[in-house]
Amino acid sequence: MNDVMVSIRNVSKRFGALEVLKDVSLDIPRSQVFAFIGPSGAGKSTLVRTINALEGIQAGEIFVDGISVADPKTDINALRANIGFVAQSFNLYPHLRVLDNVTLAPLHVKKVSKAEAEEKGTTILASLGLADKVSAFPAQLSGGQQQRVAIARALAMEPKLMLFDEPTSALDPELIKEVLDAIRGLAETGITMVVVTHEMNFAREICDRIVFMANAQILETASPGEFFSAPKTERARDFLGKILNR
Amino acid sequence: MYTANWSVIPQNLPLFLEGVRLTLTISALSLVLSLPIGIFAGLCRVSRNRVIAFLSACYVEFFRGVPLLVLLIWIFFVLGRFLRLGSYWSAIVGLAIFSGAFVAEVVRAGIQAVPKGQMEAARASGMTYIQAMKLVILPQAIRKVLPPLASQFIILIKDSSLVSVISVVDLTLIGKNLVATTFRSLEVWSFIALLYFVMTFGLSKIIALLERKFRAEWQ
Repeated sequence: MNDVMVSIRNVSKRFGALEVLKDVSLDIPRSQVFAFIGPSGAGKSTLVRTINALEGIQAGEIFVDGISVADPKTDINALRANIGFVAQSFNLYPHLRVLDNVTLAPLHVKKVSKAEAEEKGTTILASLGLADKVSAFPAQLSGGQQQRVAIARALAMEPKLMLFDEPTSALDPELIKEVLDAIRGLAETGITMVVVTHEMNFAREICDRIVFMANAQILETASPGEFFSAPKTERARDFLGKILNR
Repeated sequence: MYTANWSVIPQNLPLFLEGVRLTLTISALSLVLSLPIGIFAGLCRVSRNRVIAFLSACYVEFFRGVPLLVLLIWIFFVLGRFLRLGSYWSAIVGLAIFSGAFVAEVVRAGIQAVPKGQMEAARASGMTYIQAMKLVILPQAIRKVLPPLASQFIILIKDSSLVSVISVVDLTLIGKNLVATTFRSLEVWSFIALLYFVMTFGLSKIIALLERKFRAEWQ
């Protein structure tokens, strides 16, 4: 069995004249948690979104569990069914109750029975502290609760990989912790995760590797200990100096 | 001076009611037909396939641009002849195609008013484009466009008065015929105006009820 979950090889992408990814390569081993950090516009979000093909690429290759993402022969929907995605803005379905948000994809993509989907959905929601919210509508929840529902919705598909694109950036400061705790709980289950984040303490505590990006490139990949105590590049030192000494 | 004589109304009440029945049937049938036409054309309009989007734009622009009166006459004399539609079905087909073009624009606007993240979340979970449209986008879009759809259907009831020109015996044609025999134009047309208003206002109330039902649930 291949022990690399995500393999990004020489990936480049541009929006018109703007290069957003320049020859990026990275291997993410199974069961590891990777944090993508760096200044705004570095390409972190774009990179994480290329892994489930929400963004296309112009050059290079990406493999998820050995399957090529950009290959036109790949069944992209089957691939995405195995990849959980949590966006900054939650994107819950406002017309559906919480439990129906969570069971929609299992019912229609995995064709699980309604009873099974609802049992599983209820269990996952309870594990994230949302047992009393199953029949609420998203508009009735706080931002932190909505984001936890979004995490539950992704987990209901039993993904082998979870992608988080700035999961706490749209939240009030006091709601950030409950979402980070939920992600921390997941990290302990051994699922492979990629988290784009500006939460440095969170990255330091739960991530196995820090990937530092700036100017459309990966400048450093290191363990949190190495990265936060002795960043190798000038750009990373500058970045850390600015955000840690606030 | 003209003295009104309203007895013409009760004397011909069954005739008026027959006209109301026909106007309502024709409007309802063309409404029911124009909805799937409009939703389909609206979906094609936002398709990523350029050819499909272009064909749908042609349909919308053409039928929005041709006067309904001209369209009804054309369908009756040209298309109706070929397909042996008769005046009744020519009227329904004409109204449905015409109204469908407007419904398509309303549906397109509704789809585009749903935030982009909704389609993205649905696709990221492994749904196909069609599943995402059916399960996530359209249910939200339809609720957003109920008010403009209501206006469109009210216009449809009023526009149905034009079918009298292809000799469909709707409320308007019954009015014309009555005036021709009784010369009571003030009384007849006043009453007919009232009947149209009752029909459109009733529809408006029904849709307002639907709107409240949907809104109370999740907003």
